[in-house]
Amino acid sequence: MRKTISIILLSIVAVGMSLSLAKVPFGQPKTKVGQRYIDKGVEETGAVNIVTSVVVSYRGFDTLGEVTVLFIAATGLGAVLKIGKREAAAIEPASFVLRTGCRVLFPLILVFGSYIFIHGHLTPGGGFQGGAIVASAFVLIYLGCRERRISETASTTLESLGGLVFVVAGLIGLAVGGYFLLNFVPKGQPYSLLSAGIIPVIYIAIGFKVGSELAGIIDNLIEEST
Amino acid sequence: MIFFVSLLVVLMLLGAVAACIFRDLISAVIAAALVSLIASILFYFLQAPDVAMAEAAIGAALTTAIFIVAIRRTNRYEQ
Repeated sequence: MRKTISIILLSIVAVGMSLSLAKVPFGQPKTKVGQRYIDKGVEETGAVNIVTSVVVSYRGFDTLGEVTVLFIAATGLGAVLKIGKREAAAIEPASFVLRTGCRVLFPLILVFGSYIFIHGHLTPGGGFQGGAIVASAFVLIYLGCRERRISETASTTLESLGGLVFVVAGLIGLAVGGYFLLNFVPKGQPYSLLSAGIIPVIYIAIGFKVGSELAGIIDNLIEEST
Repeated sequence: MIFFVSLLVVLMLLGAVAACIFRDLISAVIAAALVSLIASILFYFLQAPDVAMAEAAIGAALTTAIFIVAIRRTNRYEQ
């Protein structure tokens, strides 16, 4: 009976959503601001990746809020899980093949994640994606070489430093030009690594912050579960 | 191309249904990860590589790891 009712309710929701979405043209620009970002984005911010120019430059303040939300979530999780923290019992080591595989893959994934967030203004991706890839490298190490642990001091220090760099870069812009997160560094030649002013700096900070935060969340959860 | 995308969408739907009906929760989590992975491939075909990357890293890797950690603490099989 409950199943029938839930299936009927779900079908009503599905029909309603598809009817309302059917009228929205797919892939067509619906606002004028998007075209402006495409036309002027490279010129105004120096970032070739338009998504990055929107995320870090035009909507940089929103990104700061997003980073804060993630920070609060990680802090809250740490506070909740830390109460019952105890010494991890002796863990049986994983098999040789699994351990070696993880050790071979770990640096490669780490380098790939760093590449994603360092080249955030040139190629697809950026701080969040790169940070998530770095954190997944740590997940691999946790699952494969279970006796390894990242130091909690290092991860919280990196996390705080990342947030601090973001806010300080914004405040310097406020002091120099009167706008929070003003791009005060010369923009340089587009398509080169050292271009787009403070965007790479902010994205590297976000990459470190997101990576250490997500790795810390996983660390808290796994430590709690063993 | 349209055939390949349709195949992916059908696989994604199958994964979603499987995630709902599996009694073994580990299998259900893997099926949910399959949904995320195919979603990221579809995002890439829709020319959104940034979203595809985030979906693959967070949806397929980190969420799966968190679910598996949670299942290790509780029961593996649904009652």
